[in-house]
Amino acid sequence: MAGGSASASLAEMGYNVKAFCFQDSPRRAHSIAAQGGINAAKNYQNDGDSIYRLFYDTVKGGDYRSREANVYRLAEVSANIIDQCVAQGVPFARDYGGLLDNRSFGGVLVSRTFYAKGQTGQQLLLGAYSAMSRQIGKGKIKMYNRHEMLDVVKVDGKARGIIARNLVTGEIERHSAHAVVICSGGYGNVFYLSTNAMGSNVTAAWKIHKKGAYFANPCYTQIHPTCIPRSGDHQSKLTLMSESLRNDGRIWVPRKIEDVEAIRSGKLKPTQLKEEDRDYYLERRYPAFGNLVPRDVASRAAKERCDEGFGVNKTGEAVYLDFASAFIRYGKEKAMVEGVEDASPEKIRELGEGVIEAKYGNLFQMYEKIINENPYKTPMMIYPAVHYTMGGVWVDYNLMTSIPGCYALGEANFSDHGANRLGASALMQGLADGYFVLPYTIGDQLADDIRTGPISTDLPEFAEAEKLVKEGLNKLVDNKGTHSVDYFHKRLGKVMWDKVGMSRNEKGLKEAILKFKKYAQNFGAMLWFQEA
Amino acid sequence: MDLTLKIWRQKNKDAKGALKSYDIKGVSPDSSFLEMMDLLNNNLIEKGENPVAFDHDCREGICGSCSMYINGEAHGPDRLVTTCQLHMRKFKDGETIHIEPWRAKAFPVIKDLVVDRSAFDRVMNAGGFVSVNTSGNTQDANATPIAKDAADKAFDAATCIGCGACVATCKNASAMLFVSAKVSQLALLPQGQVEAQRRAIHMVEQMDHEGFGNCSNTGACEVECPKGISLENIARMNREFLSATITSES
Repeated sequence: MAGGSASASLAEMGYNVKAFCFQDSPRRAHSIAAQGGINAAKNYQNDGDSIYRLFYDTVKGGDYRSREANVYRLAEVSANIIDQCVAQGVPFARDYGGLLDNRSFGGVLVSRTFYAKGQTGQQLLLGAYSAMSRQIGKGKIKMYNRHEMLDVVKVDGKARGIIARNLVTGEIERHSAHAVVICSGGYGNVFYLSTNAMGSNVTAAWKIHKKGAYFANPCYTQIHPTCIPRSGDHQSKLTLMSESLRNDGRIWVPRKIEDVEAIRSGKLKPTQLKEEDRDYYLERRYPAFGNLVPRDVASRAAKERCDEGFGVNKTGEAVYLDFASAFIRYGKEKAMVEGVEDASPEKIRELGEGVIEAKYGNLFQMYEKIINENPYKTPMMIYPAVHYTMGGVWVDYNLMTSIPGCYALGEANFSDHGANRLGASALMQGLADGYFVLPYTIGDQLADDIRTGPISTDLPEFAEAEKLVKEGLNKLVDNKGTHSVDYFHKRLGKVMWDKVGMSRNEKGLKEAILKFKKYAQNFGAMLWFQEA
Repeated sequence: MDLTLKIWRQKNKDAKGALKSYDIKGVSPDSSFLEMMDLLNNNLIEKGENPVAFDHDCREGICGSCSMYINGEAHGPDRLVTTCQLHMRKFKDGETIHIEPWRAKAFPVIKDLVVDRSAFDRVMNAGGFVSVNTSGNTQDANATPIAKDAADKAFDAATCIGCGACVATCKNASAMLFVSAKVSQLALLPQGQVEAQRRAIHMVEQMDHEGFGNCSNTGACEVECPKGISLENIARMNREFLSATITSES
C-alpha cells in the first residue's frame, strides 16, 4: 500500500517511476488483508479527539519506543488521508445522515477509526491501486508485475538501482534509478505461522540490510490477540479476526478448571455456562479499557490464562470471544427504533444478530468457513498470533535508510509504532508515508541529482551485483538437498515461535541459536550466521 | 482422507498441456484446498519431481490470487469462498478431484494452473479511477454527505477481488461482472459520478479489445463469485454505457 500510494503520488508530481511487485498485480499486495480500519484525528464524533491526542495515544501505545517527530507528522496528515481516500471513491461506512461513521480500537478512548466493514485494507489498497492505474495508463509509472527485487545496486555509495528477477521467465534484469524505495512489509513470516501472506518473505528489506542499511528494533513483533486458533500441522498460515470485534465481543475463559475440562471433552457447551462461572479476565483486570486494551496486553493476558490451563479447545490454546451481550444490546436498541413492542428474547437476539451481521458479516462468514462452527450461535475461539512487525529498516525523518538514496516506507521501516502498534494505525502509516511524506522528502536527495542524467545499467557496479545474485541463486538451485524449502521454514519458524515468541529469556534465546546452527548445517552453506 | 487428483500440467504458455493423475494420502479434512496442494507439492519435491505451479498469496480470501477450476467450478463446490478458503471437509474420502486453470482467451495459461490476468489491470488503467491528485488539500471528507444506501451499494460492488472467477465461469468468457463492479462503485458515489460516462466507455472499449466475450445474462458469474458481486452491477453499467454512447462526445 505504501508502494502503490508513493508511486501514484510521485508520478503525479512528474517523476518517472518503475514499480515492482511479486504478485501478478499490485492490487494483491498484502495490505489488502487489513480488516479493521484506519485512524484519523478528525474528531467527527466530538469526543475530544485532536492531532495531539492521536500523537499521544500512538506514542503511549508504543511504550514510548516510537520516534516522536515521525509520529507527530503522522498524526498531522492523518486527516488528509481520509479526505484523499473519499475523493478517490473509497466507500467508507456511513451513518444515515450520509456522514462517515467511526468505531473504537484497542488502547484508545475515543472513536477515531474509519472503516469499510471488515475490508478496510482492501478498499484503501484498491484506492491506491486505482490512483496508480491512472498513472500507469498515462505511462508515468512503468509496472513490473511478477518481479522480485533481489538486490540493490550502489554506485559511489548511493542507491542507484536494483537487480530483479522476472518470476515468469527467470531472467535477471538490471534497472537503474536516481533513488530506490522499499515498501515490502515486515518480517512476520520468520515465525512460519503468521497472518502474513505466503509471499511476504522480506527479501527486499533483507537485501538492503545486507548492503548496509541499518535494521532497528527487530525484537518488536506484534502478536495479535484475535486470530483463529491453529488446528494442526498441515496449516500453512493463520487468519486474523479483526480487532474491531473487540468493540462488541467480550473475552472470557471458564472460572473453574473442571468446566474447562468438560468443555474440552464436549460434555459442556460454552453457552450453557452460567455468568458467574465465566472469567471476563480483561474486564476484571483493566476496568477502564476492558476488552479494548492494547494488543500486547490482550495477547499476554490470553497466553497467561491458557498457560494456567484455562484454554478452551483441544490444544488448550484458545479463549472465547463472545457476542451474546452485544446481540441483546443491539437487539433491544433495534426493537426500540423499529417500534417492536414487547419483543421476545428470541426476537431481540435475532434483531441483534442482524446488526452484528451488518457490521462484521464477512468476518463471521470467514470464521464459519475455517472452523466449521456458527459464531452467531456459539462464541468464537481466538488465540494470539504473529501479525505485524514494528521493527524494520532504520530510517531518518525523511524516511531514508542509512544508504543514501534508498528509502523504506510502511511496515518495512521501524519508525512509528515503537514496541507495540495500536490497531488501525498500519494503514494510516502506510498511506501517510506514501501519499504525504515521501513525495515531499525525496526531493531533498534528488535535488543534488538534477544534472546527473540517466544512469547506465552497464556500470561495473551493476555487473558485479548481477553476478553475485546469479551465484547466490545457482547455489540454491544446485544444492542437492533432500528436503523442500517449506521443510526448513516450518522448523525454523517453530523455534522462533517457541523461543523468540511472546515471552523470551536468555536460556531460550541461546537454545534457539544452537538449533538454528544445527539446521544450517543440514541445509548447506547458505544461511546468514555461517557468514557472520 | 485419500484422494485422486487430476491436475492440468502445462510447461509454459506455448506448450501443450494435459491432465495428469496423482494419488495423495493422509489429507486432513480441516486443511484448506491449498494446504492439500502444499502437501502434494512437498511429496513431489521429495520425489524429485516438478511441483505444480499455482497462484496464491494471502490465503484468507481477499487478495484474489488463487484461481483454480475445481470439478468444473471456479473456486470449487463451496459458495462465497475462494480456493484458499475452500476446506477439504467439503470433499469425500476417496474422491477424484479435477483441477484446471481458468480457461479464457484473455487469460492465457503461463504454467500449470497459473494464468495471465494482466488484461484486468489494463481495463483498470483505461478508466477504473477517479481523476484526483494527492494534493493534500482535497475538500473535507464530510463535506459531501452520501446516502447510506448508495455508499453501501458502492461498497458491495467495491468488494470485488479481481480473481477472474466470473470470466472463467462464463460460457462466453465475459468480464462484464468485473468491469461493471468498478463502473458501478464509482458511478454510485458523487466523487466518481462526474466522469462516469467516460469511464464506462473507456473500460468497455478496453474490455472488448482484450478479447473478453459478451454478456448473455446467464448469471453464472454471480453464482460463482466468491464475493457475491450482484448482477445488478451489469445492468447499471449497461445503463451508463448506453446513455454515454448516446449523449457523450468522447
